[in-house]
Amino acid sequence: MKLKTLFTSIAAVAALAFVGSTVASAESTLDIVKKRGHLRCQVGQPSPGFYNLDANGEWYGSDVSICQAVASAIFGDKTKLEIQSVSSQVRFTALANGESDMLSRTATWTLLRDTQLGLDFTAVNFYDGQGFMVAKDSGITSALDLKGATVCVLTGTTTELNLADFSRINNLNISPVTFEDKNVRNESYLAGGCDAMTNDKSGLASNKAEFPNPQNHLILPETISKEPLAPAVRQGDDQWFNIVRWTVFVLIGAEELGVNMANVDDMRANSGNPSVRRMLGAEGNLHDGLGLSKDWAYNIIKAVGNYGEIYDAYMGSGKLAIGIGRPGSANALWTKGGLMYSPPFR
Amino acid sequence: MTVSDSDKVSAHVKPEEKFDFFNDERVRSAFYQILTAVVVGWTAWYLISNTAHNLEVRGMNTGFGFLTATAGFDTDFKLIEYVPGTGTYGRIFLIGAINTLLVSFLAIIGSTVLGFFVGILRLSSNWIVARLALAFVEIIRNTPLLLQIVFWFLGVFAILPRVKNSIDLSGGAEVLILNNRGLYMAWPVPGDLFWMTATAFVAAVFGVIFLRRWAKKRQDESGRQFPVFSASVALLIVLPGLVYLVTGSPLGWDIPTLQGFNYQGGFSLPPSFLALLVALTFYHAAHLAESVRAGILSVNKGQTEAALAIGLRPNRAMSLVIIPQAMRAIVPPLISLWMNVVKNSSLAVAIGYSDVVALFMQTALNQAGYAVEIVAITMAFYMTISLSISGVLNIYNKRVLLVER
Repeated sequence: MKLKTLFTSIAAVAALAFVGSTVASAESTLDIVKKRGHLRCQVGQPSPGFYNLDANGEWYGSDVSICQAVASAIFGDKTKLEIQSVSSQVRFTALANGESDMLSRTATWTLLRDTQLGLDFTAVNFYDGQGFMVAKDSGITSALDLKGATVCVLTGTTTELNLADFSRINNLNISPVTFEDKNVRNESYLAGGCDAMTNDKSGLASNKAEFPNPQNHLILPETISKEPLAPAVRQGDDQWFNIVRWTVFVLIGAEELGVNMANVDDMRANSGNPSVRRMLGAEGNLHDGLGLSKDWAYNIIKAVGNYGEIYDAYMGSGKLAIGIGRPGSANALWTKGGLMYSPPFR
Repeated sequence: MTVSDSDKVSAHVKPEEKFDFFNDERVRSAFYQILTAVVVGWTAWYLISNTAHNLEVRGMNTGFGFLTATAGFDTDFKLIEYVPGTGTYGRIFLIGAINTLLVSFLAIIGSTVLGFFVGILRLSSNWIVARLALAFVEIIRNTPLLLQIVFWFLGVFAILPRVKNSIDLSGGAEVLILNNRGLYMAWPVPGDLFWMTATAFVAAVFGVIFLRRWAKKRQDESGRQFPVFSASVALLIVLPGLVYLVTGSPLGWDIPTLQGFNYQGGFSLPPSFLALLVALTFYHAAHLAESVRAGILSVNKGQTEAALAIGLRPNRAMSLVIIPQAMRAIVPPLISLWMNVVKNSSLAVAIGYSDVVALFMQTALNQAGYAVEIVAITMAFYMTISLSISGVLNIYNKRVLLVER
C-alpha cells in the first residue's frame, strides 16, 4: 500500500513535469471529453455507500451516480464513463494535471482546498460530519468522556485535524493513532488498541456494518465537524464547472418537483408545471448556456433517478445501502427541514 | 621504378603523427562528455521549470514557505516538544525524521548483533543449534517484510492484554508495564547534582580507552595479558556509581501510573513501534546471517588450522583471526543492509507508526497540499541518510580491505 502511494505520488509529480504547459488553456474540458468519447470521473478507494465494486467489478454508489449523471448529461449514455479509483494523496494533483475531468468522492469542501489546490467545488451532494464510535461495554456515552483516550484515525483526510481541534477545544488530551489502511485500523480497534475510532459518521456507519458484531458498538451522538462533500472540477473552466454543478442541482430539483426515473417520460410529455417542462427541455432553451443537448436533464433522471432515489439506494434503506437515516438530517430536502436545495430552473 | 618506391616506404619506419581534429580520440571523448552534461543539465532544468510553471498555471501554491506555517493536527509518538496549533510543519517533519531515525538506529544495532550471532550459529558443529539457526533464516528470509510487520502488529502486539490486565514485566515493581497500548517504563528525572555522575561516567570512558592502550602495549612488549574487559566494566560501573551515592542519589523516577483510560507518565513506546522494530530486526538479521556465514566460509580453512595450531582457543581464533578477515566479505553487503533498514522503516505507514512517510508525506501532505515539495523533501531525507551510512561504512571498508603490496 505504501509502495502504491509512493508510486502514484511520483507518477503525479512526473506528469506535472512532463506535460506541456499548453494543456491548461486551449480546449474546453467539454470539448476534450466529447472528442475522447467518454468522461473520466475520479472516485476513491472502495468505500461502501459512496463508491464500491459489485461482484462483476462494476462501480456503484452515490458518488458513482453523480459520475453517471454527468456522463448522461453529455452523451445521453451513462456508460460512456471511465471510473478512476485514486488514492487520496494524489486526488487533487490528478485532477489538476488533467488526468481526471472531475472528482466525485468524499472530498470535503474547505477554503484552503477551494483556493490553493487549483480546483473548484461545485455543489454539496452530501452533508457529513465527523463522529466517534466506541465499544458499548466501555461505558462511554459522550465524546466528552474521551479524556486521555487513544483514538484510531485514518490518515489522508481532514479527520486528523478535526480530532486535534476537538481535543484542544475541550482540553481532552486525546492521543491519535494514525493508520493508512482501513482494515488494519479496524483490527486494531476491535482488539482494543484504541478506546474509540473516529471518522465521518457515514464512514463509521459503513465500518460498523462490516464488523462481526455491529450491535456491540455505539456511534456517539456528538458531531465534531462540518463535512460538506461536493464534486469538484479543475479551476478555470466555467462552462465545465456549471455542467457539473447543475447536474447536482437537477438531481435535487427533480426530487423537489416530483420527477423520478419511473415518471420522467410522462412528466416531460404531460406535466403542466412550467419548471418541470423547462428543466426537462419540453420548452425554453435552458441548455444553451451549458453547451449540452436539449434533453440533458431528462437523460440524467432517466439514467440515475433523482437525489432521493440515489440516497435510498446507497445511503438509506436500499439493499446496497449502509443505513444512514435521512429524515431530520441535513440531507433531507429543504421542504422537509434539511439543507438540500436547488436554485430555480428558469 | 618499383624497387625505388619500396625503398622509399621502408625508409619511413615511423609514420608522422597528424592531428586530425574530427577523428582525434581525445577531442571526441571531450565532445561526448560535454554533450552528455548539456543534455542532462537541460533535461533537469526543463523538468524543474516546467513543473513550477505547470503548478503556477493550475493555480496550485508552490514553494517551501509552508514549512514555517503552523500545523493543527497531533501525533501519538513524539520525542520533541510539539503542540498542535503552535508547532509548524517543519517541526512535523522533524518529529517524523527523528522517529524514523530512532527505529532505524535500534533496528540496525539489533539486526547487526543478531545477524552476526545467527550467522556464526549457522556454522556451529552442534547439529540442533545449526538447524535452528537455519530454520530462523529460511522462515524469516522467505516471507515479505510488509507481511511480517503486519503480523507482529496485529498478531502479537495488538492482542496483548488490555490496559486493565497489563503485564508487569518488572515483577510487581510496576516500572515496566506491557499492554496492547504499548510498553510503559519509568523514566529517570535528573536532579541538581546529577551532572557530577554524568561527568564521572565520561571520565570512566576515557579511563577505559587509556586502559586498553596500556594493556595492548604491555602485551606487545611482554606478552602478558590483562583482563581488559572485566576491568573496563568495573571502571564504568564503580566510578559513576560511587559519585552518584556520594552526591546523595540525585535522580528521581517518573513512574507510569494508571489514570483514566491508560497509563500516564514515564516513557512509553507504542505497539506499532515495537512491532516495526522487531520485524525490521528479525528480517534484516536473517539476511545478514547469510552474509556473515558466507564471509566466514570465504576465509581459507588453513587460517583456522593455523590459529588453532599456535594454541588459540576456538573462540579466540574466531574473534582474532577468522572474523577480521571475514569482515572484508561482510562489510559491502552490510552497507546495503543498513541502508535497507532505513528505507524499509517507511513501511511503518502500514501499522500507524508516525515515521517521516506517515507523518510528513501522508498527513502533512494532505493538510497542506504542496505534494511536489513534500515528496522532494522526503526523498532528499532518505537520500541523505543512505549516503551518510554508505559514506561512513566505506571508510571502515577501506580500513579492513586487504592491503596489497
